[in-house]
Amino acid sequence: MSEHHDSHHDDHGPEKGIMRWIKTTNHKDLGTLYLWFAFIMFFIGGVMSLIIRLELFSPGLQWVNPEFFNSMTTMHALIMIFGGVMPAFTGLANWMVPMMVGASDLALPRVNNWGFWILPFAFTLLLSTLFMGGGGPASGWTMYPPLVLQTGDAFPYMIFAIHLMGISSITGAINVIVTILNMRAPGMTLLKMPLFVWSWLITAYLLIATMPVLAGAVTMLLTDKYFGTSFFTAAGGGDPVMFQHIFWFFGHPEVYILILPAFGVVSTIIPTFARKTLFGYDSMVYAMASIAFLSFIVWAHHMFTVGMPLAGELFFMFATMLIAVPTGVKVFNWVATMWRGSMTFETPMLFALGFVFLFTLGGFSGLMLAIAPADFQYHDSYFVVAHFHYVLVPGAVFSIIAAIYYWLPKWTGHMYNESLGKLHFWLSAIAINLTFFPQHFAGLAGMPRRIPDYAVQFTDWNVISSVGAFFFFISQFIMAYNWIVNCVMRKGAAAPARVWEGAHGLEWTVPSPAPYHTFETPPVISESEITAVHDEPSAQPSRA
Amino acid sequence: MGRLIWGLSGMLMASLAHAAEYNMPVGVTEISREVHGLHMLIFYVCCAIGAAVFGVMIYSIIAHRKSVHPKPADFHESIKVEIAWTVLPFVILIAMAIPAAGTLIKMEDTSDAEITIKITGYQWKWHYEYMDEGVSFFSNLDAKSNVARQLDSGINPADVPNYLLEVDEPLVLPIGKKVRLLLTSNDVIHAWWVPQLATKKDAVPGYINQLWTKIDEPGIYRGQCAELCGRDHGFMPVVVRAVQPEEYERWIAERGGKIGGDTEAAPVEVASAAEAAPVASNEPEELTRDQLMAEGEKVYKNYCSACHQADGSGMAAANFPPLTGSQVANGPVDAHIDMVLQGKNAMAAFAYLKDREIAAVVTYERNALGNAAGDVVQPAQIAARR
Repeated sequence: MSEHHDSHHDDHGPEKGIMRWIKTTNHKDLGTLYLWFAFIMFFIGGVMSLIIRLELFSPGLQWVNPEFFNSMTTMHALIMIFGGVMPAFTGLANWMVPMMVGASDLALPRVNNWGFWILPFAFTLLLSTLFMGGGGPASGWTMYPPLVLQTGDAFPYMIFAIHLMGISSITGAINVIVTILNMRAPGMTLLKMPLFVWSWLITAYLLIATMPVLAGAVTMLLTDKYFGTSFFTAAGGGDPVMFQHIFWFFGHPEVYILILPAFGVVSTIIPTFARKTLFGYDSMVYAMASIAFLSFIVWAHHMFTVGMPLAGELFFMFATMLIAVPTGVKVFNWVATMWRGSMTFETPMLFALGFVFLFTLGGFSGLMLAIAPADFQYHDSYFVVAHFHYVLVPGAVFSIIAAIYYWLPKWTGHMYNESLGKLHFWLSAIAINLTFFPQHFAGLAGMPRRIPDYAVQFTDWNVISSVGAFFFFISQFIMAYNWIVNCVMRKGAAAPARVWEGAHGLEWTVPSPAPYHTFETPPVISESEITAVHDEPSAQPSRA
Repeated sequence: MGRLIWGLSGMLMASLAHAAEYNMPVGVTEISREVHGLHMLIFYVCCAIGAAVFGVMIYSIIAHRKSVHPKPADFHESIKVEIAWTVLPFVILIAMAIPAAGTLIKMEDTSDAEITIKITGYQWKWHYEYMDEGVSFFSNLDAKSNVARQLDSGINPADVPNYLLEVDEPLVLPIGKKVRLLLTSNDVIHAWWVPQLATKKDAVPGYINQLWTKIDEPGIYRGQCAELCGRDHGFMPVVVRAVQPEEYERWIAERGGKIGGDTEAAPVEVASAAEAAPVASNEPEELTRDQLMAEGEKVYKNYCSACHQADGSGMAAANFPPLTGSQVANGPVDAHIDMVLQGKNAMAAFAYLKDREIAAVVTYERNALGNAAGDVVQPAQIAARR
């Protein structure tokens, strides 16, 4: 009996073979699955963006017909948002939230498994529409009716795929909230949690609040199309603008869902490599909470041209401008963290600094877009495309890349190649600016977005942009090689438990690679692992 | 890093500034100049903040790296500093919000307009209706651009004057008069945008949105549909020809309209497709086969060829069926007429065309494009099927 019991204990490692991944309820396995899934989706969405940039390389239609072009812009957005950035952040949360708060796993492991395994089906449904009569959805990821109701066979597939993505996001969010609120190790009070955990706690609430709104909106589209309702059809007494209000009530919090975890990542990495405690921890938390609150009352700034009453336009303009305040606080705090630190510039730090520079540029264009009279000129032009790509690519995506460089040695026990990492950063940073900076100019000069062909005066900007896009895509193979060969295939140098000299936090107290099960008994947290330092009489550790 | 990026983009700007437009146009209305002013003001504010923040950051990156600054400081909190950098941006924002609100209030004041024009978006063209003058017409992408923009057309867009920014019939407006534009749509949402006038507003089915403009200088101002409206979203330009009031009055008279607005008179349709035809009414009339075929070809080019192609071969990849040899174009004529009037799936309903135009295009489709059904359709037959 006792022998049997002992041998059972040895089985606590992962199951062998493919069933390990299908049946797993382990947060680290699922984090890995989420990240691989996002990686594949980034690749597919990236190829779509290359098709777009290829067609836009020169005026005239050379490669694709307009309908296919529209389905590429639509699918690129849906895949990058719901298949790339969101699963990547969920993967990071899976790996890091339990380890950062000293929990043994996420609170609801089976739900976690289900939440992940929904996704491959959702995206198979979505991608299969490309092979259907009439092609994929082509009405933009915003799915505005009445245009979206002209979608062919792809329509119900798109709707159900979005429902599935929403269910997956909600399960992930519930898991994160329950874990953070119930499973923190003793001593890990809320205001001592690492900022990445805070950022995900707030993100999870945004997800739970807004994903059902999206589900409702797309369900109404479905019944409009197939069951004769007229929620959004003017001819039947419905209101096409109502869809936009509902969609953006989801959509604006959604953009913070895509960026708050990035704030958390950057707030983790900069203190490590500046070897200095994060400046203004409390204000960082309050700033994120303020941004989350404001995100619910600014949605109509996506719709300034839709014909709102003056009072509505004024309200949404003022509320939107207000977001610059907490966002500014975050940037100032990061800079103050760096100030008089002792910085080194390993790859994660480079990407984090790239984030601060380039996300701030995206923030500036966001502030410009908030000015409603000027927005009438910017709206639906390439200026908007430049803006949201600046906050999403060198913003959200750079933070994901930074996080993986930062934690991958902890996950796999092996270091990536630093020279290749730096090369990857510089190529990416140059290419991304080549791609998106000229789009500001094209937009200001009058080029509308979502067009497959353009007037010849926009040619120069589009040529640069297309060259940059290909350059960026190719550069990512350096990253893939570096991660897969050196870390995943374990060719790189062995990583110590505390991979980075200046790193603090519970994840660095376990060996590298992190064991399959960590913190099965709650850890005793030493003061030096608390990343939040307050000027309170009790705790003031010095970090040299 | 930041320096390198700025240096690169600076070089790019310098080398390309001569070749391309890179900023919002100042425009030709009081509002467009104000909007441009706001745009530049907020841009300079962003530049100033950016210079300060990035300056501190770059200095810190250089001066506080480990090799020169091995011992990090230990400060990590300051309520005073936090309050300062919360309040200061707030004050800057209020300073920005005041002029922005002022301009916005002006832009939304459509009262006291001298001329009112209803603009209706269609997939994929604009319809302009001078409400009081009794003039209305469609405005399509012009034929040269339309040919050149087809996939693999073999025509270099640079050889087409105003490629994708030219229409068969521009909107004609008098300078110096406040013009109110009412926007709506017949199908999906479009947006009417002319950068030089700083006017952009959505045309939404079931809604009537308002815009106004008062143009200072004569000229031709070009823009495009700005809201994704389906396959040919990129191919429905907006062109405004601003002229002296006297020329505008002459133009209205030529169009059979009347300045000052005799709203009792029936509006006179001046359809672009039927330029050569005498001023048309909806009275049923008998036309010869040649007349129908000639007019039908024009209508076909304007309304049908984008999908069914100029030679009737369709576009298999996009599920647009060929007309050559099709059952509809060679079968019973009533089914053919119904198809044009009512549309099907991706095909829009064309009931808004005049009986004469539909009769012509149906006749054309049945006797050209490789079809030889042989019958001739008269406007009266269309009227009967409506």
